[in-house]
Amino acid sequence: MRHRGFPTTICCECEGTEGVEWAARLYKGQVTARADDGRFRAVILFGLDDDSLVGAPPKMLVGKLEDLRQPDAVIVDKAGYEYIWPGEEYKIGRTFELNDSRARLVGICEASPPFTTLPIMYSRFSTVRGFVPGQRNLMNYVLAKPKADYDAETVCQSISNETGLMAMTKDQFFWKTIRYFLETTGIPVNFGITITLGFIVGAAITGQTFYLFTLENLKQFGALKAMGVTNVRILGMILLQAMVIGALGYGVGIGLTALFFESTKHITHLAGLYLSPYAAVGVGIAVMLIISTSALIASLKVLFLEPAVVFRG
Amino acid sequence: MSTKPTMAVECTDITKDFGRGDTRVRALRGINMQIPFGQMTLLVGPSGCGKTTLISIVAGLLNPTSGSVRVLGEPLEKLRGSRLVQFRSQNIGFVFQQYNLLPALNAMENVAIPLLINGVSRSKALNEARMVLKQVGLGDRFHSFPSQLSGGQQQRVAIARALIHRPRILVCDEPTAALDAKSGHNVMQLLSDVAVESDRAVIIVTHDPRVYEFGKLIIHMNDGEIAEVESGQPITTPANQ
Repeated sequence: MRHRGFPTTICCECEGTEGVEWAARLYKGQVTARADDGRFRAVILFGLDDDSLVGAPPKMLVGKLEDLRQPDAVIVDKAGYEYIWPGEEYKIGRTFELNDSRARLVGICEASPPFTTLPIMYSRFSTVRGFVPGQRNLMNYVLAKPKADYDAETVCQSISNETGLMAMTKDQFFWKTIRYFLETTGIPVNFGITITLGFIVGAAITGQTFYLFTLENLKQFGALKAMGVTNVRILGMILLQAMVIGALGYGVGIGLTALFFESTKHITHLAGLYLSPYAAVGVGIAVMLIISTSALIASLKVLFLEPAVVFRG
Repeated sequence: MSTKPTMAVECTDITKDFGRGDTRVRALRGINMQIPFGQMTLLVGPSGCGKTTLISIVAGLLNPTSGSVRVLGEPLEKLRGSRLVQFRSQNIGFVFQQYNLLPALNAMENVAIPLLINGVSRSKALNEARMVLKQVGLGDRFHSFPSQLSGGQQQRVAIARALIHRPRILVCDEPTAALDAKSGHNVMQLLSDVAVESDRAVIIVTHDPRVYEFGKLIIHMNDGEIAEVESGQPITTPANQ
């Protein structure tokens, strides 16, 4: 549930809603960091609930999460550290400025890389007040956990009814984020053009290959038809060949892609790129679609071929 | 009640036109022809005289513009679609000028194709293919691919493929055209030895006078018509005098 700065009493209202086990405040915003070298960098800052630290990164690489309870304490993600202090060894205890206020690095964590590639920093909600002093109501998200025997979606509905604010489950929030990028940015157009070009080039190449294959083997197909092979069987043969070729090509392609992602997963700025099962399945379906369409178009020549062609010199 | 046909092929007033309007060409002009069982019939004539068109109609690969064709007593014009395809696959064997063997299959697999088309199991078809390959003198080339065989050997494989399903009509289109004189003679001898049977008609289209000696019935064609029919004595030509 998100709003641009609402009072912390909302958190209490959520906690009082039926089916909610606990609710914790969360701040997420963008601040400016200034490192020792004097350069400024935009940073995504999370302000976690002081008591529970709900929303903290699950894996610390250097330092302890508990150190976040120290004054001015901040934890930065690995990619962010390498961006702000390039080429330097991991060193905690160093100080820098966040919106002109003193911040002290107490840990380095692993975090899901954000889409915008900005460094991610975590601090306590009360500490964030010092970094973002101009805003009275800092809380813009409330994290809530449903009780064990309650359905998350039902609880979200109850929260919405109780507070008049939007409440979403983890999945709903995931898809809302995806929809945001699809609906309000140029990404679908850019990616769409790339994918469409891939389709067109792929279909053109495979179509031409199959067409040449058909032309080269026209006499053989004619001979088979003369001997009594039906069009359905010939179509089956061509489609089978197409599917085998497609499966081989897909296997090699997806294998090399997986190898690429496997070999780059330890490179910080590439760590956010990975091969999802959805992408693998989607590409597989696309390949089979392109291959079978190309094979079908190429096989039209065979289907309408007069078997008497075998007797022509 | 059906009666056993006396002739393998009977053609009545066959005409065949290609093209339309001003570009229309009449390839066959009222062909009447009978081809008996138990002998080798040669269909001869110069290039463009209509031999290939006629043989395509007899084999059920082309429809005539007019006239009727009876093959093994069946009027082909009444067989359409899958029935015609089935009739062809069961009753007609083909030997082509350029062999038309499938390059990715070995000799044994190529020969087995007609049986596989007719639903025979793969193992049975391959066993049968071995036997027929032995019969045509290729007992040691079961696993050779077409590219590993000479022209004469490829044509032997093609003959084995044409005979494996025991068709009652064997149609050979210029079977010696791509071969040298000796290989051509051997192929014709092989056809004469293994293909001619009392209940089978062997029809050979050729313009090679060297093979005339094998024909018991020779049908001469010219300009889409039957010019002359010779039967009985083999013809001696200047080429084999």
